[in-house]
Amino acid sequence: MPEPVASQQNSRETVTFYLLGFIFLIVLPLLNVMPSEDSWLHVSDFRLNQFGKFLAFAVLALGLDLIWGYCGVLSLGQGVFFGFGAYCMGMYLSLQIGKESVYGSELPDFMVWTQVKELPLFWYPFKSFIGGFFGAMLVPMLFAAIFGFLAFRSRIKGVYFAIITQALAFAAWLVFNRNETRLGGTNGLTDFKQLLGFRLSDPSTQRGLYILTVLALASSYMLCRWIVASRAGKVLIAIRDSESRVTFSGYTPWMYKLFVFVVAAGLAGLSGMLYVPQVGIITPAQIGVLPSLEVVIWVAVGGRGTLIGAILGAVAVNYGRSVLTNYFPEAWPFILGGLFVVVVTMFPDGLVGMIRKLSERKKTHTPLIKAEGSTAA
Amino acid sequence: MTDRDLILNCENVVVDYDGFKALNNCNFSVYYNELRVVIGPNGAGKTTLLDVICGKTKPTSGKVVFGKGINLVGKNAEDIAKLGVGRKFQAPSVYSNLSVWQNLDLSVKRASKGVFPTLMGRSSPAERERIDEVLKTIGLSDHAHDRAGSMSHGQKQWLEIGMVILQDPSLLLVDEPVAGMSDKETEQTGRLLTALSEKQAIVVIEHDMDFVRQIARIVTVLAEGTVICEGTVETVQANDRVREIYLGRAKVAH
Amino acid sequence: MISLARTPKKLLALVPFVFLSLGMGLQPALAVDEPEQTDSATRPSGDPIEQALIDLKGEDAAARNKAAEVLIEKGDASLIPRLDEIREMGGRAVRQAVKPVVDVLKNRANLASDSPDSRRSAASDLASTGRKEAIPYLKQAAEKEQVWWVRYTMEESRHFLELNSGDPAVQLEAVKKLGELRSLNSVTALKELVEAAQQADATDQQKILAAAAEAAIDRIESWSSWASAIETLFRGISLSSILLIMSLGLAIVFGLMGVINMAHGELMMIGAYATFITQQAFIAWLSPDVFDWYFPVALPVAFLSAALFGWVLEATVIRFLYGRLLETLLATWGVSLILMQAARVYFGDLTAVIAPGALRGGAQVMVGVYLPYNRIFIIVLSIICVMGIYFLLFRSNLGIRVRSVTQNRNMSACLGIPTRKVDSYTFAFASGLAGIAGWALTMVGNVDPGLGQNYIVDAFMVVVTGGVGKLAGTIWASLGIGGLNKLIEPVSGAVYGKVFVLVGVILFLQWRPQGLFAAKGRSADA
Repeated sequence: MPEPVASQQNSRETVTFYLLGFIFLIVLPLLNVMPSEDSWLHVSDFRLNQFGKFLAFAVLALGLDLIWGYCGVLSLGQGVFFGFGAYCMGMYLSLQIGKESVYGSELPDFMVWTQVKELPLFWYPFKSFIGGFFGAMLVPMLFAAIFGFLAFRSRIKGVYFAIITQALAFAAWLVFNRNETRLGGTNGLTDFKQLLGFRLSDPSTQRGLYILTVLALASSYMLCRWIVASRAGKVLIAIRDSESRVTFSGYTPWMYKLFVFVVAAGLAGLSGMLYVPQVGIITPAQIGVLPSLEVVIWVAVGGRGTLIGAILGAVAVNYGRSVLTNYFPEAWPFILGGLFVVVVTMFPDGLVGMIRKLSERKKTHTPLIKAEGSTAA
Repeated sequence: MTDRDLILNCENVVVDYDGFKALNNCNFSVYYNELRVVIGPNGAGKTTLLDVICGKTKPTSGKVVFGKGINLVGKNAEDIAKLGVGRKFQAPSVYSNLSVWQNLDLSVKRASKGVFPTLMGRSSPAERERIDEVLKTIGLSDHAHDRAGSMSHGQKQWLEIGMVILQDPSLLLVDEPVAGMSDKETEQTGRLLTALSEKQAIVVIEHDMDFVRQIARIVTVLAEGTVICEGTVETVQANDRVREIYLGRAKVAH
Repeated sequence: MISLARTPKKLLALVPFVFLSLGMGLQPALAVDEPEQTDSATRPSGDPIEQALIDLKGEDAAARNKAAEVLIEKGDASLIPRLDEIREMGGRAVRQAVKPVVDVLKNRANLASDSPDSRRSAASDLASTGRKEAIPYLKQAAEKEQVWWVRYTMEESRHFLELNSGDPAVQLEAVKKLGELRSLNSVTALKELVEAAQQADATDQQKILAAAAEAAIDRIESWSSWASAIETLFRGISLSSILLIMSLGLAIVFGLMGVINMAHGELMMIGAYATFITQQAFIAWLSPDVFDWYFPVALPVAFLSAALFGWVLEATVIRFLYGRLLETLLATWGVSLILMQAARVYFGDLTAVIAPGALRGGAQVMVGVYLPYNRIFIIVLSIICVMGIYFLLFRSNLGIRVRSVTQNRNMSACLGIPTRKVDSYTFAFASGLAGIAGWALTMVGNVDPGLGQNYIVDAFMVVVTGGVGKLAGTIWASLGIGGLNKLIEPVSGAVYGKVFVLVGVILFLQWRPQGLFAAKGRSADA
C-alpha cells in the first residue's frame, strides 16, 4: 500500500458513502411508498421532492469541493454553470409544454408576452431531449473551458480569480434578467408539464426523478473520488500546497486547474439539469452572486477537501434552511451570514473535520488534510 | 560529452527591479558533472541568478544557454524543469498535505506530466524501487507515509532534495541546503551532494564556509550582481576584492 | 411669486399691496417698463383691461379671444389673482381662454424673479406658450440679465417665438440666431420649417428659410454631439469618483493588511444610514432653518459609526484570519449578509436623504452641458480623499508605522510598534472611509440595504485591475472602469456595458495578471 495516510479516512468515507447511499436510495423512497400517510415514519411526496432538490445541490457542491477544497481555487461563479445546465434543461421542458401553455401557442408563454413571433435559433437544439441533456452538461463545460483558459493561463490566482468569477456571476445574472436574451427575463422558465412523456405533476415521476438524482450523485461522487485518488488528484493538492514547487517539478498547474474547473462546471450543469424538473422553475435569481456564494458555504460547512463533506454540507445547510425559513422567514440571512463567519473562523474543516477530531481523541492521531497557511495567492 | 563541456552558460545577464540591478552583466558558467558553490554577501544576487536559470524570473537582458545550445530565456519554468534543471528552494517547499511518499512520487521524472496521463498513470515497480531508494538516501524511509507537513525543518529540506533528485536533472540548483540543520545533518548533506555530483552538475548557494570547504572544488563569488572572483576556496579567500567585500566577516577571515 | 396663483382667497385683498411692494423691491424692470400701471383695483371702469376681464367671462368666443389678446398685451402680473378667480368660476371654454393669459403674465413677471432658475424656467415656459407678445419682454429681460445661461435661454426663447412672427426677415434672422445659439430645443421647429419647404406649394420665401434652417440644424447637431461627449465624460468621471472613494478603503485593507473585505459595501451602507439618521434627528429636534447643516454634521457621524463598526469587526472576526485571504473574503461576506438583513428589518426597504440646498441643481457650464452639483461634489470629495490618504500613508508617522507593519510584521513588533493596534486602527480607518463613501452616496441615490451591493463588484474589479495596494493603480483603474462603463452605456445599455467591462478586465489581466501596478522584485512572490 503506497498511500496509507489517507487509507483510514478513505475507508471511513467509503462506509459513510454506502450508508448515505442506502438511506437516500432505499430507505427514503421506501418510507415514501410503504407506510400509511399518517404514520410518523412516512416521508411525504413533498419531503422526498425536497430531498431530491438537496441532492441535486450536492452534485453542485461536489464540483466546487473538487476545485476549491482540493485544488485551492475558489470559484464564486459556480451558480452560473448551474444556471447554464438548468436553463438548457428548462428550455427543453419549456418546448415540451407545447399547446398546453396558457396562450395555447407552440412558443413558451413568455415569448408570447414579449411578442417574439418565431422560436429564436439557439432554442432549436432544445427541441429534443438529447439536445437538452447534452446541452446542460456541455454548455457549462465549454464556457468554463474558455473562461478558465483565459483566467488560468494568465495566472490569475487566488483572490483575483475569486473576484473575477464573482463578477462573472454578477454579469450573468444581469444578462439572464434581460428580456432580449429570450430566456424569460426575470420570470425565468416555468410551468413545465412533461418530461419524455411523463407528467411532472405525477408523484411517481417525481419519485423517479429523485432516484435518478441519487444515482447521478453517486456516480458524480465516484468520478470525483477517482480523480482525487489518482496521481492527478495528488497534483491538485500539491498545487494548493505549493504551486511553484509543482511548476518546478515539470507540471503545468494551469492545465490541472482548467481540468478541474471544467469538471466542476460539468457537475454544476448536471446539478442544474436535475434541479429544474424537480423544482419546476428556473429564474435568474438562482444564478447570481448570492447563490454562487451559498455553494461555498455548503462545502465549508460540510468540510472542504473531503467529498463526503460536500454532500453532507449541501444537504444539511439546505435542510436547515427549509426548516428555519418556515418558522423564522426573516432570520435566514442572519443564520447564513453567521454560519459563514463561524465556520470560517472556528471550524475550517467543517462537520467532517469535527467528527474526525472527536474520533481522533479516542484513537491515535491521524493527520487530516488541513487548510494550512490557506489557499491564498 | 566531456567533463570540460559547459552545461550552463550565462552571458551578460541583467535583472532590473525598477532601477535596482539585482544582476548586473553577470557571466556565469558551469561544466558537466561539476559541483559549484556560489557565495556572496546578502543581496549579491545569488538567489536571483538561480531564479533566472530556472525560469522564475525573466532577465531584462542577457543569454542563458543550457546544454547543447538551448536558450532558457523566455521559457516557462515547467518547460525548463522538463529539460532537466532541478531547483531546491531556500525555504523548504514541499507539499505539506501529501505524504512523504506522494511528494516523491509526484516528482519522479516521467515521459508526460500532462493532465490525462497523470490521471491514468500508476507508478511502475521500477519507479517504486527508485522512490524507496531515494527514501533511504534521504533517511526518511520510516516516515514514508507520514504527512510531509508534520516533518521537521531538516527533514523537509532533505525531502525537497529527494524530490529534486527524482526529477533526474542534469543541472541541480540548490539554495542554502543546510540552513537550519545540525552539524551532523550538514555533514550528511555535504556527502550527499558530493555523491550526486558524480552524475550531474550542481550549483549550490551557501553561506556556511565550513560546509563550503567540505564540498567545494570551485567557488564563485558574487557581489552587487556580478561575478568578482572564481577559483578554489584558497584562491578566493586570498583575493583582495573578496576580503574587502567580506571585511569583518569572521567566517571568511580565518 | 409662482405661488401667487395658488394664494388662498382670504389673502386676495392684500395681494395687490404685497405684490406692489415686492415689485418695487425686487422688480425694477417691471416698474420701469410700465410706469403708468398702478393698482389695478383702482382703475376706472371703461378701462380696456376691465372690459377685457368682463369679456373673458362672457359667452362669445370671439370676444373672449379678443379679450385675451388685450390682456396679454396690456395686462400685468397683478391681474393674476383676478384671472385665477375667473378661471375657477368659469366653464371649460373660459378656462381655456384664461390659461394662456395667466401663463404669459405670470412667466413675464417671473422673468424678473430673484432666482436665476425661475427666471430661466419662465423664459423657457414663455417659449412653449408660443405667444409672440412675449418677445419684447424676453428681449428686454435678456438685455438686463447677468447670468449667462439664463440670458441664453431668454434669447433662445425669443428667437424661437420669432419663428412664428410671420415676418420673413425676422424669421430668417431668428433661424440664424437659433443656429448660432446651438439651440437643441428648437431643432423640431426648425425641422418643421424644412419640411414645410418640401411641400409642392412651398413659396420661395419658405425655401430660403428652409435652407437657413438646415444650416442651423447642422450646426446645432454637431455641437450637441460634442456636448453629449463632454457630458458622457463627466458622467464617467463621476462614476469613477464613486468607485474610487469605495475602492480606496478596499485597497487599503487588501493591500496593506491582506484582507478582502466583502462587507465594505455594508460599511458604506452604515455611513449612508448614519447620514439618514442625522437628517431625521435634525427634522425632529432642530429648527428647519438649520436643516441644511445636517449634511456636514453627518460627515463625522458617518465616519465614526462606520469606523467603530470596522473596529469591532476587526477585533471579533478579522484578526483570526490574517494571512488567509480567501477566508477573510468568506467571513466578511457573511458579515455583509447579516448587516444587509439587519438594515432591511430595521429600516425597511427604501429611504432617502434630502440634499442640502447647496447641492441641489447644477451648473450650466456651456450650451447643452449641465453638470449637477451633487456629482461635482463627489468628484471633489474623491480628490480630497486621495490626497488625504496619500498624506496619511506616505507623509505621516502613522503611515510609516502602517507600512512597516505591512512589510515586516515581526521586525516592526521588535522595534516597538504596537502591531495589533496598527492593524485595528488601519481597519477602522478604512471602514471610516467606507462610511464617508456612504455619506457621499446619499447625494446621488436612495439609501437602501442594497446600497453597497450596487457598487461592490465594480469596486473589486478596480482593486484587482489596479494592482494590490497601489494608490496610483486604484486611481487609474477606477478612472478606466468608470469611464469605460459610461462610454459603453449609451451604445449597449447599462447591462451589456457591465459585461463588456468584465470581459475587458479579464483580457487586461491576460496582459497584466498582477494588475496595472504590480509589485516587482523580491516581495512580489511573497
